[in-house]
Amino acid sequence: MAEPMKIRAVQKGDVTDVRVLMVHPMETGQRKDTSGNIVPTHFIQEVSVRLNGKSVLEGQISQAVSRNPVFSFRLKGAKVGDKIDIAWLDSKGERSQSDAVIA
Amino acid sequence: MNSLRRSTLQFAAALTAGLLLPLRALAAWNKDAFGAKTAADALKGLGVGASAESKDIVIDAPQIAENGAVVPIEITSNLTNTKSIVVVIEKNPFPLTAKFDFGEGALPYVKVNVKMGESSFVRVLAEAGGKFYSASKEVKVTIGGCGG
Repeated sequence: MAEPMKIRAVQKGDVTDVRVLMVHPMETGQRKDTSGNIVPTHFIQEVSVRLNGKSVLEGQISQAVSRNPVFSFRLKGAKVGDKIDIAWLDSKGERSQSDAVIA
Repeated sequence: MNSLRRSTLQFAAALTAGLLLPLRALAAWNKDAFGAKTAADALKGLGVGASAESKDIVIDAPQIAENGAVVPIEITSNLTNTKSIVVVIEKNPFPLTAKFDFGEGALPYVKVNVKMGESSFVRVLAEAGGKFYSASKEVKVTIGGCGG
């Protein structure tokens, strides 16, 4: 099971700032380990953000996103106390899901 | 006693499955576009047509990135009804880096850290009102971030 994400969602006027940290190696398939063997690709491919159960943002990403990806998104029409769910799916079919409440 | 334990376990399993399953209605990862080795092929794979240069797409990225493994890129589209944003790093082995689709409730803004193998133009395309717009910014990389 993947490590949980760290999500911070803060309401600033009309806009909600959402920041998420995902723990993932994001292997490009170009890196070599200490014995010189290529480390196979392993990276998050899909990211989704839901507000109170409704999809608001869908992302597709490549291995060029940095290790332990950090994303910032902005939502409108949300309020303090609303629930944000974030999920990812990686190239090996592993998935993770975390949620947070807007503060 | 045993049957109570079993039904409790079954309930827990069902609860876990129920929590995990309904979240995903993900757009399938576009294998062709993300596997493309040139920016042109990647955009073709995404179905992105001709785009017009636009100053309404704002790219905030460092001019010089000392560490290519972590280059922060912040994108804001000021185009009305921006539906999606595509990020292409032209000189990376696989140029297509990300595509974000914004639904109602999300502002066309994203910040993400990316890896850059060498100095390159970062090109951002936005789809708004059925048309494509683009902007680009050059980032010089001192140490590449793909190998290591």
